[in-house]
Amino acid sequence: MAETTAVKTGMPAPPKKAEDEIPQLTGLIPKPKIVRGTAAHYKAYVAKPEIQEKLDFPGSLVDNWEEAAVRRLGELLEKYKSLQVYLDICVRCGSCTDKCHYFIGTKDPKNMPVARQDLLRKVYRKYFTLEGKVLGSLVGAIGFDLELLAEWYSYFHQCSQCRRCSLYCPYGIDTAEISMAAREIMDSIGMGQKYTNEIIGKVHEIGNNLGLNPKALANSLENVEEEIEEDTGAPVKLPLDVEDADILLVTPSADFFALPHVESLIGYAKVFHQAGVNWTLSSTASEAGNFGMFIGSYDQMKKVALRVRQAILELRPKRLVVGECGHAWRIAYSFWNTLIGPFDMLDPKYPRPQHICEFTLDLINRGALELDKSANDEFVVTFHDSCNVARASRMGDRPGGQFDIPREVIKAVVNRYVDMEEDAIKERTFCCGGGGGLLTDELLDLRIKGAYPKVQALRNIMDTHEVNFMALICAICKAQFTKVLPKFNIPMTVAGGVHQLVGRAVVLGAKE
Amino acid sequence: MSGLTLFYTAFTYIAIAIFLYGFLTRIWKYATTPSPLKIPLTPAPVQPAGAVYRIIQEVGFFKSLFYSNRIIWLAGYLFHLALAIVLIKHARFFFASTPVAFHWITTFEIWIGFIMLLPLLLLFLLRLVIDRTYYISIMMDYLILVLLMGIAVTGILTKYFVRTDIVSVKQFVMGLVQVRPEALPADPIFIIHFTLVMLLLIYFPFSKLMHAGGIFFSPTRNQVDDPRELRHETAWAAKG
Ligand code: HEM
Ligand code: SF4
Ligand code: SF4
Repeated sequence: MAETTAVKTGMPAPPKKAEDEIPQLTGLIPKPKIVRGTAAHYKAYVAKPEIQEKLDFPGSLVDNWEEAAVRRLGELLEKYKSLQVYLDICVRCGSCTDKCHYFIGTKDPKNMPVARQDLLRKVYRKYFTLEGKVLGSLVGAIGFDLELLAEWYSYFHQCSQCRRCSLYCPYGIDTAEISMAAREIMDSIGMGQKYTNEIIGKVHEIGNNLGLNPKALANSLENVEEEIEEDTGAPVKLPLDVEDADILLVTPSADFFALPHVESLIGYAKVFHQAGVNWTLSSTASEAGNFGMFIGSYDQMKKVALRVRQAILELRPKRLVVGECGHAWRIAYSFWNTLIGPFDMLDPKYPRPQHICEFTLDLINRGALELDKSANDEFVVTFHDSCNVARASRMGDRPGGQFDIPREVIKAVVNRYVDMEEDAIKERTFCCGGGGGLLTDELLDLRIKGAYPKVQALRNIMDTHEVNFMALICAICKAQFTKVLPKFNIPMTVAGGVHQLVGRAVVLGAKE
Repeated sequence: MSGLTLFYTAFTYIAIAIFLYGFLTRIWKYATTPSPLKIPLTPAPVQPAGAVYRIIQEVGFFKSLFYSNRIIWLAGYLFHLALAIVLIKHARFFFASTPVAFHWITTFEIWIGFIMLLPLLLLFLLRLVIDRTYYISIMMDYLILVLLMGIAVTGILTKYFVRTDIVSVKQFVMGLVQVRPEALPADPIFIIHFTLVMLLLIYFPFSKLMHAGGIFFSPTRNQVDDPRELRHETAWAAKG
């Protein structure tokens, strides 16, 4: 069957369509009228058997896949309260329908959060509810067939799991939970996504998302050290695998050489150097990111996270600090204690784990850093709240610390700071459009659409306040914005890290 | 005793049994299904009392909806408010004489029925008019609204236009309560009203109407934001 093969192997890269045109920046974030099917052709590549099997998933679509999928859904319903409750209680009030950046960008009604959920709910109703069994399509119960599976694959990979919809739902229904479950089910029947699963495999094998082995990592760090010394004349070190250090820094591997990520790594190193703390990176835990969350797999997420525990046991640091990354901070802040805790071996005087912004702000407040704001005078800065930090974690000890602390850090190192419009920041922030395992080239057209609401807000503040730098605290946001901003005729250098700004302002040697 | 009375007596008991059994087993399921990970939507309260307050704001004022969509909020909130008042008003059928605690409620006269009906009509129209809600609506979304409108309309009629004999209704209900069947009031409007309510009760536990109980179990809203301070563990996850 031609359709079966298409589903099994994944679609080839789709031809350019009229729908793929870059959205116009008009000054307003619109509430579009729906246009059916505009995003149906966005399909992430399906994982090949060798990728799947590394994660103990079936290599390709299993023969009795409907049955297997329904069985897996049944298991997940027993395991996750969120899934069970959310599948039952949506009243289709419509409150969430205009809140998703992918809907705003693509206008495809299946990208409305409730419509995305309903793709799974159709199956849930059909096989798990009495009303579905008795009343059938009257209550939207639909049998699982290849057509529906293809829709699942397409639209559950058009959700960045950013939770913006949950904020606006009267019951807090979190589409991220639903799309994680759907992806877990698809993995279990052999329909995994190439990008995410390949990366998870790389972490198991080599230790990080970018596949940087310990030797390459050491080289990379040496290069950065040389670069800093050339620039500043100061012998700032980036220690690797040092035992009994005060601090173990776990950061996304992109920080080791991608741009602009590495600028933030330089920033952390300068902060540690100036604070005079004994710190280290680890080749075992050379990745803060954890794509196990994107595919909803508790086991994969735990297995990836266990590398951090192993590094703590090997190196015996006193404190654990996490670098700039959104989903990684969600997992570190919200899940690590459950997955790989308790952290009894770490110093209880400090949060376990601590965000690099919490760490830096603490130093700033104690006057431990000499800072020269004028080093950033060429910039007018704004800040993008990463969705996972904003809506799925915290910094500091007060609710909302995740908004204030990065802003306070930025304001301590720049003279001119201004926030974007209310509807696009803090808990209402729009996702960069590349989160949740969508940061892959075959989805670039979708990513441009998804970025559109946030880019609109950025464009507005650039026009009204001459902003020329958007500070980020997420490796995915950095990669996404540097790629998509030029499509909207905004220079990619507008996107950079918070600690990139910090690094520029730190006056080295002043407090020796 | 007439066959109709006998039939309705049995029907009522069965409907209530289905409602109670269905509702409670559903709630039991929500309460006992584990949440392996902490997933409150942040910023979230850092103390349990704060989480309770957060739920109260959602149940009492539909806070999230208010900040999201004012028209749906207005229609939805008015409907639920009227529904709550009407439900309390109905309590008078269960007491021989209306307790003092309920006197205030009798100040809501017949117009409370319209306050229930008009928002329902608005919710129905909004579904049709907004292209996004039209797209997501399934047949049952309309049917439930029709059922509720049916209940509201017949309720208004019994009170205002047909003037059902309250005393005989009360006798019928008290008979049911005391398991001592009394004659079903011979008033077609009342019988329709009563039948629709029983249908609603039967359908309730199997439908989206379970939002009435489910909202209390929504992890993004009822969890406390304290994962660094308290290690969160659940049985199945601890094994894995
Ligand atoms: C704890 C009690 C309850 C709470 C907190 C609650 C809350 C809500 C909220 C926030 C909505 C979405 C807004 C809207 O569309 O109107 C809603 C919708 C709805 N509720 Fe409730 N509700 C409760 C009990 C009930 C009960 C007992 C019924 C009825 C029999 C009911 C019937 C409905 C219906 C039919 C809708 C959908 C309206 C539409 O079609 O848009 N609710 N509820
Ligand atoms: S806001 Fe919540 S209840 Fe309303 S349609 Fe969306 S998911 Fe369903
Ligand atoms: S979680 Fe984010 S991306 Fe997914 S449906 Fe909700 S708003 Fe859209």
